[in-house]
Amino acid sequence: MTIQATYNYKVVRQFAVMTVIWGIVGMLVGVIIAAQLVWPELNLHEFLGYGRLRPLHTNAVIFAFGGCALFATSYYVVQRTCHAPLFAPGLAAFTFWGWQLVIVLAALSLPLGYTTGKEYAELEWPIDILITLVWVSYAVVFFGTIVKRQVPHIYVANWFYGGFILAVALLHVVNSCEIPVTLTKSYSCYAGVQDAMVQWWYGHNAVGFFLTAGFLGMMYYFVPKQAGRPVYSYRLSVVHFWALIFTYMWAGPHHLHYTALPDWTQSIGMIFSLILLAPSWGGMINGIMTLSGAWHKLRDDPILKFLITSLSFYGMSTFEGPMMSIKTVNALSHYTDWTVGHVHSGALGWVAFISIGSIYYLIPRLFGREQMHSVKLMTVHFWIATIGVVLYIASMWIAGVMQGLMWRATNPDGTLTYAFVEAVKATYPYWTIRLLGGLMFLAGMLIMAWNTWKTIAGAKAYDAPVLAPAGHHA
Amino acid sequence: MSDFVSGFWSVYVALITLVSIVGCAMLLWSQGKARTNAAGQSDTTGHVWDEDLQEYNHPLPRWWSWMFYITVFFGLGYLAVYPGLGSYEGSFKWSSRGEYEAEMQQADARYAPIFAKFQGQDLKAVAADPEARKMGERLFQTYCAQCHGSDARGAKGFPNLADSDWLWGGEPEQIKTSILEGRQGVMPPHGHLGAETIKDLAHHVRSLSPDKLAHDAARAARGKEAFASAGCAGCHGPDAKGMQALGAPNLTDSIWLYGSSEATVSETIAKGRSNKMPSHKEFLGEAKSHLLAAYVLGLSQAGAGGK
Repeated sequence: MTIQATYNYKVVRQFAVMTVIWGIVGMLVGVIIAAQLVWPELNLHEFLGYGRLRPLHTNAVIFAFGGCALFATSYYVVQRTCHAPLFAPGLAAFTFWGWQLVIVLAALSLPLGYTTGKEYAELEWPIDILITLVWVSYAVVFFGTIVKRQVPHIYVANWFYGGFILAVALLHVVNSCEIPVTLTKSYSCYAGVQDAMVQWWYGHNAVGFFLTAGFLGMMYYFVPKQAGRPVYSYRLSVVHFWALIFTYMWAGPHHLHYTALPDWTQSIGMIFSLILLAPSWGGMINGIMTLSGAWHKLRDDPILKFLITSLSFYGMSTFEGPMMSIKTVNALSHYTDWTVGHVHSGALGWVAFISIGSIYYLIPRLFGREQMHSVKLMTVHFWIATIGVVLYIASMWIAGVMQGLMWRATNPDGTLTYAFVEAVKATYPYWTIRLLGGLMFLAGMLIMAWNTWKTIAGAKAYDAPVLAPAGHHA
Repeated sequence: MSDFVSGFWSVYVALITLVSIVGCAMLLWSQGKARTNAAGQSDTTGHVWDEDLQEYNHPLPRWWSWMFYITVFFGLGYLAVYPGLGSYEGSFKWSSRGEYEAEMQQADARYAPIFAKFQGQDLKAVAADPEARKMGERLFQTYCAQCHGSDARGAKGFPNLADSDWLWGGEPEQIKTSILEGRQGVMPPHGHLGAETIKDLAHHVRSLSPDKLAHDAARAARGKEAFASAGCAGCHGPDAKGMQALGAPNLTDSIWLYGSSEATVSETIAKGRSNKMPSHKEFLGEAKSHLLAAYVLGLSQAGAGGK
């Protein structure tokens, strides 16, 4: 008798649970810095000041929360759609522990003030090397599993996960090129405007590949699965995949409008950002149209609510992004809270919502349960989080436009109507509303943690048997 | 254009940009023509993954394809008229530098007469003019408040402008010179004197203040001798009342630019201080600096009068 092979769910379970935990940690830090803007006296100690906690927040939500969600879902999806257990399970375990070590080192070094000063790439060079090792192992596990697949065609979700893994490797290695001086200090390989350009080529593609392509992979598996419907259009997925990964690479200069970056580079960044609109919307259309014929399921399925709402926010922020890249609009929006609102409509509305929906799908299946402990609490989570996001982005829109208008207002003698501090004062009410929105979102995550705990407690880890591909007979 | 080290890179960038944009349209065009399901037909591609994952092959939504084409054509049009293709400057001949210069010229033409009105007037008269004070305040809030504070009362290392104490002189023309030319205040480091002597000097300096700061009388006495022998008097004067020509502060009043604690005074002596008021002649010009000087003069008079 042979023992039936099972999928490697262990690493998926580990990453899925850590997604919830790091989500709470990252968003808690976000709430703290939001409160510090309202009450500056909360900057209690240099380790806990806004300037140190802000990069901790961004790293924790992007790389700890988002990263764990991507690892968990990609490992789950690649096994199940290749009909093969993970390649190199030892290496997969290394990616889990290695990634957790990266997160812990970030959580220690950033408050202590160790930073390269590059946004979303603040970690110092020894941690950068660890990230590289983990990432290469991730690529080996992922693509090794693809090679082992029992079906001839590679499912569309895996194109997006694969593109994300390759692009992030390239971005990380190029942008983190630095010359170490001591164990905790290094200098960038690039200087001046080239450094800024490389940084924002990285920064924008961190959004494009880490926060978009990877999560589109998630969308292409969990939306059709949960809706029980085929993907709307294979043709559309082909066009928008290639157009998306190609065009994103060009869009970075829009972060440097009206700077020392040459005019021609700014123009190209703006044009490709506009061209990016249709490829981005292709993913939204394919996801939402997949539900056609099954719209009624939205009424009582909180997982589908999360997934479909995430696509609406995705569509909204990928429309807003190209608009903000237009130089005339950017002249008003740049450096204001509008940008912060835009990022969060993507990060909370799209990235967090699709991750939360996917993790709610995964947790019961990884622990041999039919469903989460409480479906009602999932619905409560959905509504509290939705209202939180709306409060957040609406307050930041108003604040951002107000700041932009106040900064450019002039008196009849050409002097500025408002000193900078007056715009700061005028923003307080909106920062308070934003804090409330963030608190609601965090409260939703705490509900999720409780629900997850009740689902897991007493349940046994479950590894599903490897399925034979359709058309084969086991 | 100096953005490219050689003409080759300009052509390379222009070519790769055009090929990329046109490539997007060609991808869309080729896939728009590819075989898909006929209308009403809802067959899947025939592939199945993980039990039930399938794909329809619906054609690309027409409105979506048009949106894609429009952005591509807009991009090509934009590159024809604005800089973007290597060193080609675009048919509008627009540049960010050109736009800046044109706007500055326009602004100068419109606003210069407003400021010029006061330029020929005596600073004391300008300081008394309510309209000029309002304009000066707006300039101050834009250009000066970052360091000196919105109330002009300064901060550590940044002098209070609303009192009657002046490092470089409080005569109207001296204030204007500080704004126009900037000032560079340097207290040289005296670490070579040794920790004990520095401590003695700190006690002596603290004993000079009218605020009766705590000090050790013996140390202060030794410090007084060191003050003369170590050369302190060269800048601060034998009576320690400072010297405005050098920006050396008066040590016998109760105003402390960096702080009066023994530790801070010792640090100032041991490590020295270097402080800079930047020059505003090129940045703001004579006329605005004139208004600012009058405004600061007025602040000081009001502050002194209030005491």
